[in-house]
Amino acid sequence: MSQLFSADYLPMDSPDSDATKVSAWGLLRLRQQLEQGLPLVPRPYRVLAERTGLSEQEVMDAITQWQSNGLIKRLGLVVKHRTLGYTANAMVVWDIPDEQVQALGKAMADVPFITLCYQRPRRLPDWPYNLFCMIHGTNRERVLAQLDSLIAGHNLQHIQYAVLFSNKAYRQRGGRYVSHD
Amino acid sequence: MRLDAADRQLIDSYQRSLPVCERPYEEMGRTLGLTEEEVIQRLSALQDQKVLSRVGPVFEHSQAGASLLAAVAAPEEQMDLVAARINRAPGVNHNYAREHTYNLWFVMTAPDNELLEEHLDELEKELKLPMLRLPMVEGYHIDLGFDIDWEALS
Repeated sequence: MSQLFSADYLPMDSPDSDATKVSAWGLLRLRQQLEQGLPLVPRPYRVLAERTGLSEQEVMDAITQWQSNGLIKRLGLVVKHRTLGYTANAMVVWDIPDEQVQALGKAMADVPFITLCYQRPRRLPDWPYNLFCMIHGTNRERVLAQLDSLIAGHNLQHIQYAVLFSNKAYRQRGGRYVSHD
Repeated sequence: MRLDAADRQLIDSYQRSLPVCERPYEEMGRTLGLTEEEVIQRLSALQDQKVLSRVGPVFEHSQAGASLLAAVAAPEEQMDLVAARINRAPGVNHNYAREHTYNLWFVMTAPDNELLEEHLDELEKELKLPMLRLPMVEGYHIDLGFDIDWEALS
């Protein structure tokens, strides 16, 4: 609960608004509204203002502030890749020696066709893999060819890995951290 | 799904920096040579066709609250049933079938870790299936706003 109200997420530094008067509840409601997406009307921020009890300026200030402090990673069109034809979505998982995982993770992050890359804990004996990367591709052959080039390019021939293609999406939507289902 | 040039331009230009001003769609239209009304209509249509899940912010998950990737090994013939049960649990925002013994992979979110663990415990008890819980240790690249390769899609 505490982090939802942390001062970092209040537009304290904004010169245009009297920060102490921007209601924390209004900001929480704004986050709930934003998790559902922006209204597609000429003045979307005014609509959000009406729904949250903030002013239109306060809404825009809060969003700008959240973009600059990193709470909002990006603001824009969120694409459903599968609909567009990115139907070969592979999660590739690797069992990398602990002392190499960070360097390799950073290297993989720079590979253009890798769309996500992160480290997660192993769960032995069932799950020996600690590095995950995602390849969103248009067909399976191409993804497997990209994987081959990755293995060759980073000398991963002796690393145990698995490729988990996804064949069905049961749900795909934005995270709802503060709003209800 | 085939999109026309204007729809593609909208996607190419605005996956990450939608204007924050009183009339954002008018501003986008000005850049792309469309009217405000056309921009709104196109975005609505793209949303209806499920090309877009929404227009709005993507929150940084480590700051926004708690989230965790989990997987269960469901019997093949019960996948749809188990997937539906997972979707009924609170805060599930991704849920995919994948080709592996652990064949259902989902992301659950909650306001904090305690609540998240509670929800996962409840789900695990209900499903009676082995569950992997895989919190992120470190993210090296977490951004799905990559440039769309229209050529590969055509």
